[in-house]
Order: sequence, then structure tokens, then C-alpha cells
Amino acid sequence: MSVTQTPPAPTTSRRLTTAKAIVEGIAQEMERDPGVVVIGEDVGAYGGIFSSTAGLLDRFGPDRVMDTPISESAFIGLGTGAAVEGMRPIVELMFADFFGVCMDQIYNHMAKIHFESGGHVTVPMVLMTAAGGGYSDGAQHSQCLWGTFAHLPGMKVVVPSNPADAKGLMISAIRDDNPVVYMFHKGAMGLPWMAKNPRSVGPVPEEAYETPIGRAAVAREGADVTIVTLSLSVQHALDVAEDMIGEGVDVEVVDLRSLVPLDRETVLTSVAKTGRLIVVDEDYRSYGVSGEIAAIVAEQDPALLRAPVQRVAVPDVPLPYARVLEDAVLPNRERIRAAVRRLTQA
Amino acid sequence: MDDKTRAELYRMMVLIRTYEEAILRDYHADKKPAFDIGAGLVPGEMHLSAGQEPVAAGVCAHLRQHDAVTAPHRPHHVAIAKGVDLERMTAEIFGRESGLGRGRGGHMHLFDPATHFSCSGIVGEGLPPALGQAFAFKRAGADAVAVAFAGEGAANAGVFHESLNLAALWNLPVIFVVEDNDWAISVPRRASTAIGNNADRAFAYGIPGARVEDNDVEAVYTTAGEAVARARAGEGPTLLEIHTLRLWGHFEGDPQAYRDDLDEVPGRDPIPRYEQHLLAEQVLTEDSIRQVRQEASARVEKAIEFAKQSPIPAPERAAEYVFA
Ligand SMILES: Cc1ncc(C[n+]2csc(CCOP(=O)(O)OP(=O)(O)O)c2C)c(N)n1
Repeated sequence: MSVTQTPPAPTTSRRLTTAKAIVEGIAQEMERDPGVVVIGEDVGAYGGIFSSTAGLLDRFGPDRVMDTPISESAFIGLGTGAAVEGMRPIVELMFADFFGVCMDQIYNHMAKIHFESGGHVTVPMVLMTAAGGGYSDGAQHSQCLWGTFAHLPGMKVVVPSNPADAKGLMISAIRDDNPVVYMFHKGAMGLPWMAKNPRSVGPVPEEAYETPIGRAAVAREGADVTIVTLSLSVQHALDVAEDMIGEGVDVEVVDLRSLVPLDRETVLTSVAKTGRLIVVDEDYRSYGVSGEIAAIVAEQDPALLRAPVQRVAVPDVPLPYARVLEDAVLPNRERIRAAVRRLTQA
Repeated sequence: MDDKTRAELYRMMVLIRTYEEAILRDYHADKKPAFDIGAGLVPGEMHLSAGQEPVAAGVCAHLRQHDAVTAPHRPHHVAIAKGVDLERMTAEIFGRESGLGRGRGGHMHLFDPATHFSCSGIVGEGLPPALGQAFAFKRAGADAVAVAFAGEGAANAGVFHESLNLAALWNLPVIFVVEDNDWAISVPRRASTAIGNNADRAFAYGIPGARVEDNDVEAVYTTAGEAVARARAGEGPTLLEIHTLRLWGHFEGDPQAYRDDLDEVPGRDPIPRYEQHLLAEQVLTEDSIRQVRQEASARVEKAIEFAKQSPIPAPERAAEYVFA
């Protein structure tokens, strides 16, 4: 099978949801490599409660698509052990919010074995998990938490925003010799039962291809202000960028795509060009991604900035249930637009 | 049981004890007069396994190179019995570049892909990776098995029960070995465990369980042999509990003031007891005992010498090996 290194500019007219793009990436790798198995709760007949594994059971059978008991420590650790012995398991943690019951297997085992072994043992495993809110699932089922995973050394963290990247990053994650935490946003999956942005459906090349882990994408070029963001917030930022044309503001949107490794170059190049930085992050504001991006610029050269950095993130509060309350804390279009105005009219 | 096997069990127990005594000596050698845990050639926590040799020797005698083992924070006896390279293991304990983990792991984090050995400092959390290794072996159609060792303290952790259930459900070739040394640091088993015999917990998961009393290496050997044979034959997991002995402190520097059984401890040392037994049965002679000890000592001192001569890792390379 031919391997394309960078995602071909999607000349294809075939459009998929993010969920279907993920499944296609997994299926192509399962065809190619018998060591790829899918393990998790409701990944079989149900197809993943956010459709990340839909149809795989029918295609590959119960020996390769395995429902588990609700024993996250046991089955994530099982994935690690299988990876150590050369398999390439994709293990799904149903919601990122559930890491509390199994984090030891994730950050003390999956992520540290390569280091503790002095590089002698590798753990080529994908930990796939659902992140994000926007549909009133409350404080325990709506968090992004990618900053927490990215903070802990030893695991790569990818955060696709669109179908083409979702497929390419999944293929890259499976082929990577390191543990990769693959965090998809529920609101970007294109699910029929959740309000969605049209950007959650998009052109996806049919063949297998890798989207490089550790390279950000300039999702939209602009001259006046840089929005650095990730996952579903990229879709909001692109919407705002289009709105702002009418106000004569030219917004550049940088889609990080991966948090570990982080593409500092692309961030710095963009900020050097526009001189204005807004970081939009659906994770909690303090001690996280938005602070990290601001720090990168401050460390490199604070003089790149013509105005103070703006952050649009979840204020440090658990995600509320009531629609109006959740909307008030999520980094939605209104909040992003207000930040752009603050920065460009100042 | 044939005499060769018995002599071999004895030899392994002596090798382990000789090793732990040497680590004990070198660990404390440069921490005097006031004990400073971070000082010396071997810094950090040190959990030695003296008294628990029958468990490692009896179980690992059935294992082949390709079988996997995960051990807990007290790993040396299991590593030695599994055949981990003594020199590279010792170099790791001394934090040297030629160690198993190039000095990045330390005594609780020994990884040896050659013998499929690993350990973890988090109580109970070594079980899930063993399941995964067993899963991979089963997938590959190999008859290799995985053995997960844990203290009796670990048997009350949620992950222990998740692992037993999943291993039983998926019929994985795993053997769970609970080393009951009566103590979890200072907490006696009776103060932590609602059931007298952890092997009975196997019943809850529909798998066989067996408890071996009295730190009896031959009984361990026989019981483990059945469990390993079951796993190899595709008949699934077994839970074993072995009543063993923590001869020394939980870790070095533990004053053991809480311990009410100290008086009887020396009399329960499994090595002199087995030695006497094998002498009486004429499996060993005074001469062969001397020879076993000399060989063990030579091997251990050679490993320690290797470690001491090995290069110290370069501090400017401290950030390496995070990713492959
Ligand atoms: C999850 C976790 N909790 C607590 C500890 C601290 N700790 C280390 S060893 C130990 C006691 C373990 O007892 P046991 O499992 O019986 O093993 P033993 O030390 O007796 O060999 C404890 C509490 C730990 N390392 N991991």
C-alpha cells in the first residue's frame, strides 16, 4: 500500500464526517497490519458511543474489535502490555473525563516505560478518547483535559479539528512507535444527534495517508491577528474569521493539530507576521494550553507582540449543565469575536 | 520431585539472598553515620526481598525466556529468578549508563525485553500490563504465559479485581501470584483484608485459586507448575497466594517498631530450613553447599563490580528517551 507522507490537498469531492474519517483510518490500518486491534467499552456492536468505531466489528470480527468490562485500568494496561509485545492496540477511553479511574496506567505506565527502560522498550499504542462539551452533558462528561495529558511527559497528544486531519492523524498515531493520546471532540464528529458545524463534514482522500504529528496547520491565512487554537474551536475561529472580513479585519487561524509535540515554529511565524495573538482553548484557562502558547511567544521575543495576548478559554469553573450557563463559559463565536475586536480596535 | 530440581531451587534461593545481602551492604555503606536516603552510590528507596526467595524460585523455575513477568516495587528476587542479566540489573540499581534503563529507571523500574521482565512501583498496577502480554502471546498462537507478582496489600486494590475479571473473561494465559508477607509497610494483613485467604477470591472470578502455606519452596514449585501448565494449555488464569516472610524492613531504614513478630522472624528464614532439609535428605552435602555459596558470591560481586565500574549517565542527556 502506498503511503503519502502529508495529506494530499483534498482534491477529492468525497465528503465524510469526522467520525467516518476516523473509522476509515482505523479500518485501513487494520487491513494492513494484523497487530492493530480495537479495545474498549461499547466499541463493538454499538460502534463507539460517538461512532469512532462504527462498522469495525462487522468488518473485522470480535477477535479484533473487543468490547471490555468497565475496567479502564485493566484494559488500558492490557493495551500497554500488548504494545510492549509488539501489537498496535487502539484502546478507547469512552470520555476523557474518566481518566481519574485509570490515570496510573496512562501516565505512570503507558507514558513512562520507554523512558524508564532507557529507550529499550517501546509502547506503540493509541489511547483514543472523547473530549469537549456544548451539549449539556454536565461537569463530568464535557471536559477537554488535553492540557492535563499534554503536561505529562511521554505521550504524544493529537487533537484533530476536521475530517481529513482526523483520518491522517489516526493513521499516524497507529504507526507511531510511541503512545499517542488521540482526542476527538464530540462536537466535531459530525454526529446526527448533536448540533454541528458544517465544517465537521469535509473532503477526505480515500487512500491511506499520514498527517504528521507535531505539525500545526495554518487553517486560514490573515494579516492582522493570529488565533491559535485546536479541535472544535478551530471551526468557531474560522467562522469568526469569515465574519470579520466585513469589519475589515484579516484573521489568521493556526490549528495546532497536535499538542505533543507542539509546533512552536508555526505559532511564532504567525505571531511575527500579525503581531497580535489570541489563544482559544476549550480546556480550563489556568495552567494549560493557552498559558503555554503565550509563554512560547514571551520566551522567544515579547517584542513580536504589538498588543497583550488575549485568552479565550473556559474560566476556571467546572462545566455547568444549564444551556445558558455552559454557553457562557465555552469559547464560542461571540467570545472569540469580542476578543478579536478588543485586540484590533485597541 | 527430583533431586536436581531441589538442588536448583536451593541454588536460586542462595543466589537471591546473596544478592540482597550485597545490595544491603553497599546501600548502607555510604549512608553512615546518619541515614540519608538520597546519599551514596545507591540512593533512593530500597525494598529488598530477603525471605521471599521461595516464591520467586518456585514460580520462575517453570518459566522460559519468552514468558513474561511483572513484579512490584520489591522486584529483585523475581528478576533474578526470571534470568534478568545480573550485571545490567545491578548497574541500573547503581544508576549507571550501562544499566537496563541507562540509569533512568532505578530499582523499582527494571525493564528487560530479553526476558520480558518488568516491574512497577505502583501497588497493583503491574497486573494489567501482564494481561496485555498474555493477550499478545495468545494472539500470536504462542504457548508463552505471563506471571504477575503482587504483595498481599495489592489484593485490596481495585485494579487487582479488574484484572482478575478481565483475565478470566478473556481466558488469558496469566498466573497471578500474591506474595503474602503479612505486612504492607506497617499494616498487618488482618487490619486490611476482609478475607483470610486471598486465593479464595479466585472463586469470585470463576478461576482456580490455591494458597501455599509456610513459605515452602517445593509446594510453591508444585502448585505453580500446575498453574503454568494450565495457562500454557489454554485453560486460563490461576490465582496463587503464597505465605512468605519479610525478613527485613519494608524498605531500608524502616525501624520496624510496629512489628510484633520480630522475635520469631529469624527462626522462619526459609533458606537455612531448606538447607537442613536437603542435607538430611542427602541432596546437598557440606561441600556442595559451600560451592553453591561461593559461586553465588562470585557472580554477585562480579555484577556489583561491573556496576561500580560503569559510567555515570551524562547530565546533559537527562531529557533523552522520552520518545522513541
Ligand atoms: C497505589 C499505591 N499506593 C501506595 C503505595 C505506597 N506503598 C508502597 S509499597 C506499599 C505496601 C505494599 O504492601 P504489599 O503489596 O503487601 O507488598 P510488600 O511491600 O509487603 O512486598 C505501599 C502502601 C504505592 N506504591 N502505590
